[in-house]
Amino acid sequence: MRTQKLRRYGVGIAGGIAMTLALAGCAGDDLGGGSTGGGGDTDADCAAFEQYGTFEGDRVTLSSTISDQEGDQLEESWADFVACTGITIEHNGTNEFESQIFVQVEGGNAPDLAIFPQPGLMQRMNEGGHLVPAGDDVLAAAEENYTEDWLSYGNIDGTQFGVPVMGSVKSFVWYSPSVFEENGYEIPETWDEMMELTDQIVADHGSDTVKPWCFGIESGGATGWPATDFVEDMVLREAGPDVYDQWVDHEIPFDDSQIVASLDRAGDILKNEDYVNGGIGDPRSIASTPWADAGLQVLNDNCFLFRAASFFEAQLPEGTDVSPDGDIFAFYLPADSADEQPLLVAGDYVAAFNDNEATQALQAYLASSEWANSRVSIGGVVSPNQGVDPANASSDVLRLTLELMQDEDAIARFDGSDLMPSEVGAGTFWSQMTAWIDGQTESDAALAAIESSWPE
Amino acid sequence: MTTKALTSVNPSKSTGSAAGSFKRLVGNRIGSAFALVIAVLWTVPTFGLFLSSFRPEAEIKGSGWWTVFTDPQFTLDNYAQILGGATSTNLAVYFQNSVVIAIPATIAPLILAIMASYAFSVLQWKGRDIVFVAVFTLQIVPLQMALIPLLRVFSGTAVADVFPFLSLWVAHTIFGLPLAIFLLHNFMSEVPRDLIEAARIDGAGHVTVFMRVMLPLMLPAIASYAIFQFLWVWNDLLVGLTFSGGSRTVQPLTAALAAMTGDRGQDWHLLTAGAFISILLPLVVFFALQRFFVRGLLAGSVKG
Amino acid sequence: MGFFLYSKNGQLILAVLAFVALLAVLLLIAKFADRIKGRKQTLVMVAVFGGPALLLLVLGQVYPAIRTMWMSLMDRRSENFVGLTNYAYLFEDGLTALANTMLWVVLVPAGSTIIGLVYAVLIDKSRFEKVAKSLLFLPMAISFVGAGIIWKFVYEYRGSAQEQIGLLNALITSLGFEPVRFLQDAPLNTVFLIVVMVWIQAGFAMVVLSAAIKAVPIDIIEAARLDGASAWQLFTRVTVPSIRPSLVVVLTTICIATLKVFDITLTMTGAEFNTQVLANEMYDWSFTFGNNGIGSAMAVVIFLLVIPLVVYNVRQMNKNKAVRG
Repeated sequence: MRTQKLRRYGVGIAGGIAMTLALAGCAGDDLGGGSTGGGGDTDADCAAFEQYGTFEGDRVTLSSTISDQEGDQLEESWADFVACTGITIEHNGTNEFESQIFVQVEGGNAPDLAIFPQPGLMQRMNEGGHLVPAGDDVLAAAEENYTEDWLSYGNIDGTQFGVPVMGSVKSFVWYSPSVFEENGYEIPETWDEMMELTDQIVADHGSDTVKPWCFGIESGGATGWPATDFVEDMVLREAGPDVYDQWVDHEIPFDDSQIVASLDRAGDILKNEDYVNGGIGDPRSIASTPWADAGLQVLNDNCFLFRAASFFEAQLPEGTDVSPDGDIFAFYLPADSADEQPLLVAGDYVAAFNDNEATQALQAYLASSEWANSRVSIGGVVSPNQGVDPANASSDVLRLTLELMQDEDAIARFDGSDLMPSEVGAGTFWSQMTAWIDGQTESDAALAAIESSWPE
Repeated sequence: MTTKALTSVNPSKSTGSAAGSFKRLVGNRIGSAFALVIAVLWTVPTFGLFLSSFRPEAEIKGSGWWTVFTDPQFTLDNYAQILGGATSTNLAVYFQNSVVIAIPATIAPLILAIMASYAFSVLQWKGRDIVFVAVFTLQIVPLQMALIPLLRVFSGTAVADVFPFLSLWVAHTIFGLPLAIFLLHNFMSEVPRDLIEAARIDGAGHVTVFMRVMLPLMLPAIASYAIFQFLWVWNDLLVGLTFSGGSRTVQPLTAALAAMTGDRGQDWHLLTAGAFISILLPLVVFFALQRFFVRGLLAGSVKG
Repeated sequence: MGFFLYSKNGQLILAVLAFVALLAVLLLIAKFADRIKGRKQTLVMVAVFGGPALLLLVLGQVYPAIRTMWMSLMDRRSENFVGLTNYAYLFEDGLTALANTMLWVVLVPAGSTIIGLVYAVLIDKSRFEKVAKSLLFLPMAISFVGAGIIWKFVYEYRGSAQEQIGLLNALITSLGFEPVRFLQDAPLNTVFLIVVMVWIQAGFAMVVLSAAIKAVPIDIIEAARLDGASAWQLFTRVTVPSIRPSLVVVLTTICIATLKVFDITLTMTGAEFNTQVLANEMYDWSFTFGNNGIGSAMAVVIFLLVIPLVVYNVRQMNKNKAVRG
């Protein structure tokens, strides 16, 4: 009787498995055996791709943090390259990139290329001797298209490893043009004007729920990063670009008095009960609010000003009118005078783990203005590539971003936390800023704690 | 068998069971109320997720899910987007991957562990207890620490290229083994020795004892462990991410869900729907195997 | 043949078939070995039954464990010997994580087991047993990513003037109290994270303990009742001792799972606000900061925390053996 029963369950389980398989089978079951790199079946003019050579069934793997819709857009951007050269690109975008790339590489399973969101991380890969310098073709394309500043962050001790691909501007304040117009508010051009505007808003609208500013720094394991951006912008304004460079390179202590002053300037806004946190709560609520959710309060008219990078646009609900006279738009976070324009930027760098021909061909293509224009046209992002035509930018904000990025007068500085050692840049800097906003620690104590964590 | 099953669900008999005594203690009514409270507490959060998955994006971010009772706004957009949207967010592919990963990764450690438990409980050999304690202790080796050495075994081999799931299966099997052996050994050592001795005296070899005596007796325990191992594999993120090398062709559902909680913001509306889809199969498996739990681990063995 | 090589389902079936073939070969060997007599037979049997599992364990767990211990004595890139420096760091700067981990490892197993046991007893043989079990089991079917989302909608905090979107704060404010920052105010925030883990693990405890309760022979209970034992005495002196082995298994399993869990902390508080735990800090040091030394030292400390548990289990095992004779 028992064996009979066993068999009955066995049949049942097998049936269940078969059903699941049948269900799942609809989902596209291919394991790469049949997929090829195309070749020939395209309308694209392949003449432009001749310089990269042609390949038969070569496969290049590329890892990045770029996932979801942005990942699909990235893959769309090189469709012609794939069709003309015959290289298959297997792109893997994951939000766990930072730790995964380390495990993959140490485990001997490195991808061919990786797009690093932080130059500091790229540097760590190089410490282990895993990276390969950019080849001649890559270098030529990169030098033609990128300014020295942008290239320098992909340069490690005089050797170019990384090539910039995409970039963002962080020194933006998001606001509602229609609300500004209703109230007769002007876009501030200096820091003082901005603070006057802030007080004006408090006087006009201030209440328990409506405040001039909103901000949030919650971001899962990366909680705190928006605060570090805010502080970096303050350092650029309070202490200037030269001190900023010394601070990022650790030539002055992390808790130098000028940095303390910069953090206090951030505190003037972020820790003022009357100024934050529109639509959410008190200043402490910044620490527990997801960064992009905070910005959505601008759309609800609960807050008027939200400092966030250009890529905040992607977080807005579909159908939002993002334009100089729409629901929401951004202005440049002003400096002390209208003449100076320090600009906090960040970007992704592509670096290679081997010098296979196909790998190098793809890296060279990613360094070209053809790719940059192709990617920018698809929308959502911009590239610091000098060859990008601003007309290709998919939105007004991105066009503004591109113009600022390409502006000769702007003093662009790279996001410092991305350049610092990861114990600081992805560790204590994040956590101490969170503790500071949460009211657990004072400005000088927070910065001193970061200083003591700087690895020798 | 049938009559026994019938009488055992008869409530009037329940006072005679081990649980019945406690129930009388707290009083049937208070006891039921208390159980109800726990059940509600345990279900409400998930219920909230379920409702949220049908709410429009802006509503999810702006108001609590219970507001649907006063202001019902429902949409199927979230599901449409994750099941028919762009390739990287199309969960159907990842769903299949999770199934392909989970089935062998449940069967293999289960069977290997049953066999090992037999070696640790029935067979008499020198050093047996020390090795068993060692296996038990291995449970605590953090997964993270074992990832890199194990990855090195597979990386760059032709086998790994042709069979992209192989490393995942092996990794899950290895990481599941210590706990499986620990649990199944404990259950197996509760099987009365007389049963085995009797079979041995009748001339049965170890294969016969294993197949004909142990396996049927262990069936409830095996089923319970099977569902837990299935769940652990199904819900695993770390092994899936690492051993898939980030490749979309083999990545499990959890990795796709995690990708929606990116550094640059959360797609709450997609996540709620995605999380709910990921719960479905485990629930089906649970219901399918539940009869074993109700019968009780080793219930058969004690009653002969 | 193409189906087996180039499709996922094909490879799945191939894998299962290959595994079954391997088992068949092993059992066949054992069948032959059954004819041998004496110590040699036992040796072959141990090799057939225990060999495959032990082999995999040596490859996938023993070697990494030894490697981790060795790395915990080396510097960040595992190039120079630094002695116990990494451990010294842990006891200077890692104390919050250590203290929180201890709290987790006490509260989670205790909470999950008590709730699982009480629930299992209360619903035993009731008309709704199957449904009731499914409800408590439900959280087990949810990944940590999913659990993070679910509990976000429970704990979310908004200022008192705003509309609450978190369930608990909506309740609290509707009763006229101030909203609570569940995840922000230490030390209670750690307890609220622990609640999530208890919520997940109680189902496991319930399933295993419920099965154990059903296996307690009715005659023992009846005998105790005839002896005049009260209900409480029955529960504490008969039921609990009878399911003691299962209780130990449940407590041990949940303890170990708790020591390893890092996802809940990571997704819900980002380990900020003094909620850091060792498993998460180990992950940070090893993978985010690229410091193998400190990361490995933390792994070893987690390892050491389990030793009392191992000792207890071994003693328990010997006791059971003594009882069985």
